[in-house]
Amino acid sequence: MKTYNIYICGVGGQGIIKTSIVMGEAAMKMGNPVVMSEIHGMAQRGGVVSTELKIGHSRSPLIGYGEADLILAFEPLEALRSIDKIGEGGCVVTNTAPIMPFNINTSKNPYPRMDFILKELESRSSKLYALNALDIAKEAGHILSLNMVMLGGAAAVPDFPVDKTSIQESMKDNLPAKSLEINYKAFNRGFDIVNSK
Amino acid sequence: MNIKDILTAPEDEKLFLLGNEAAVRGALESGVSVASTYPGTPSSEIGDIFSKIAKDAGIYFEFSTNEKVALELAAAASASGLRTFTFMKHVGVNVASDSLMSVVYSGVNGGMIILSADDPSIFSSQNEQDNRHYARLANIPMLEPSNPQEVKDLIKFGYEVSEEYQIPILMRTTTRISHMRGIVEVNSLDKEERMGFFHKDPKRFVPVPEVALVNHRKLVEKIGKLQEKVDNSPLNKVFGDKTELGVITSGSAFNYVMDVVGEGDLPVKVLKLTFTYPFPEETVLKFIQSVDKVLVVEEVDPVMEKDVLAVLGKNGIIKKVHGKLDGTLPLIYEFNPEIVRNGINKVLGNGLGVELKKGEEKETIPLPKRPPTLCPGCPHRAIYYAVKKSIGDLNLKDVIFPTDIGCYTLGIEAPYEAGDYLLSMGSSIGTGCGFSKATKQKVVSFIGDSTFFHAGIPPLINAVHNKDNFTVVILDNRTTAMTGGQPHPGLPRDGMGDPAPEISIEEIVKAAGAGFIETTNPLNLKKSEEVFRRALQYPGVSVVISKYPCMLIKIRGKKKKFIVEIKENCDNCMVCLEDLSCPAIYLAEDGSINIDAQLCNNCSMCIQACPEKAIGVKKK
Repeated sequence: MKTYNIYICGVGGQGIIKTSIVMGEAAMKMGNPVVMSEIHGMAQRGGVVSTELKIGHSRSPLIGYGEADLILAFEPLEALRSIDKIGEGGCVVTNTAPIMPFNINTSKNPYPRMDFILKELESRSSKLYALNALDIAKEAGHILSLNMVMLGGAAAVPDFPVDKTSIQESMKDNLPAKSLEINYKAFNRGFDIVNSK
Repeated sequence: MNIKDILTAPEDEKLFLLGNEAAVRGALESGVSVASTYPGTPSSEIGDIFSKIAKDAGIYFEFSTNEKVALELAAAASASGLRTFTFMKHVGVNVASDSLMSVVYSGVNGGMIILSADDPSIFSSQNEQDNRHYARLANIPMLEPSNPQEVKDLIKFGYEVSEEYQIPILMRTTTRISHMRGIVEVNSLDKEERMGFFHKDPKRFVPVPEVALVNHRKLVEKIGKLQEKVDNSPLNKVFGDKTELGVITSGSAFNYVMDVVGEGDLPVKVLKLTFTYPFPEETVLKFIQSVDKVLVVEEVDPVMEKDVLAVLGKNGIIKKVHGKLDGTLPLIYEFNPEIVRNGINKVLGNGLGVELKKGEEKETIPLPKRPPTLCPGCPHRAIYYAVKKSIGDLNLKDVIFPTDIGCYTLGIEAPYEAGDYLLSMGSSIGTGCGFSKATKQKVVSFIGDSTFFHAGIPPLINAVHNKDNFTVVILDNRTTAMTGGQPHPGLPRDGMGDPAPEISIEEIVKAAGAGFIETTNPLNLKKSEEVFRRALQYPGVSVVISKYPCMLIKIRGKKKKFIVEIKENCDNCMVCLEDLSCPAIYLAEDGSINIDAQLCNNCSMCIQACPEKAIGVKKK
């Protein structure tokens, strides 16, 4: 059976692991087999963070080149860095608010222009959904809800195997009660934007 | 899921657990009484969870000073009849190894499981050593899970074996198991609170030569009996019935093999080894005889492959074995489905008409890298800046910076470049002794607070006693930061959150006899520079304790007090950007320097470092 493979990437501190857990647990509660791989440790100090989530019958959680059905990128440069993972018919949902690498001033390669990044992502995927999750999170009430904006975006992708209500249920189980309202708002905004594209 | 669910989830409930979380549940289901560790990636979450739930679970947990102490604590508790669990990263087993060798000789009464979390591909370590060698070195039975469910179940099984044979069990995970999340169906908990009693038996527990001689014989006998057990164990299991190729595999590699075999419907039969030491020779022999070709797929070293070759040799069978030794698979790094697919392809060849799909990396766009770095406001950055500045002021050349294991190892990067030599936990001071003796260069060793307690004290005593001449900087940020902020003996609370005596680093350094001891606040630049200028000129061992909490802890749950901004008199000298190199300071597209208020943690180092006094607090 074909698995649905989600590659989630961004920068340490953006709430990527939490998002992946919310997603995976929702998938499990719907009765799906699910496996996931996380990277903890040194990378979290401002480095690249990624998780890999496979929904369906797979023993290994790793997603190879050309195997991702969805790349969910919390940062545009990281979307581009991981684009080789995208498979046939695969979609990209990316945040468009960049986070500069700390050493960008001395980096051999400059941070690519946003229009270049988006063009590249578009040409390499079957569908690109780009949204400024930072602005949306701020509007929702807190920049830390950026991850839920992205989760909402993912949930609206056609063929995404986890339904919206299961995810919202899982948010309740995994997020602090006091921030739930803001997070739901952020999630719904992300969902609506991708849903309308 | 809430962390507490690991303790409270009722029987048969399904949880979405990390391998490390499943390990905790497995121990709780088995009635563990004592758990101990020194934190280290990829094992750290096990301790973090125990530290949160041990009290409610009615068990004892501690973050020990180092892995050796953690293992010794567990060994004694097991000798007293309690079930114990001690866990560490792979290199932590090196620290614990001296006592590990002995506890296998004398054996245990209560079940004892030692978990080694290996790190193939070196995500967060100094090497990718394969701790399956320890099973061979120490003659200790080994279990290798492939997913979180197995982690949990094997812990329970491990305790039973440990008690039946009175021997500790070594469980080997890898990063991809420890940090793999999967569905785990839980069993009921064993909540009984137990108290141990130690029945004296010096002829068993005190390995003077005459005792050790007997113990070794007994150990070999135990392993002999276990040999039968592994060969009859349902944990070592055959998948499929095709005969062209037999793959022998374990751990993470098993997952990749099964996924690859499944996608291509390949003529492959798989032997999954889970109870891997003593090596299940009969099982393997039977399997080999049932297939045409043999491939061993394992991470990292060709450990099982050599065992397979030994089985063949012992039985006088001539058969080619593919694996790492013949170049079919790489000798280094972790595997993935791609690598396994290539390996199987090589052995099966095209003669079988099997067309395996092959993904490819198309990397053509040159992208900027995003290396990890010290956080904005990190006191380590401040101290590196002060040390480098003082060295410049004194016009010292070719200063050697032995460094150590922690966030501050990130100081190897430009502009600090304050890491020249590193071996292991505590090595900054021991190697400082060496550089001090071997060269006339000035030496400045950097070591963290938790690392100092772990392995920094004996080499400091060595340095003073042997009249060395170098500076030791103890970066006391009041936590074990790199692994997620665990407590250590220098803090007023223990691993279960209870109040605990705070061990003073300063008093230890004094007792070690260092002639120069100063404590400085790293965020006071002027004072730190002044201290370093004196420390660097001191003839003998000078110790500077840089004391300020990790910014991640300091700012937790707090609002920022002020906004730092670049003022009009900035002349773009770039000192803040290039010498201090804080991630919150950036060059805008118009060429002006800016501070990201979101990232800034109000450490005020840039205000102090700016030669033009062009950085300041924004007026409200």
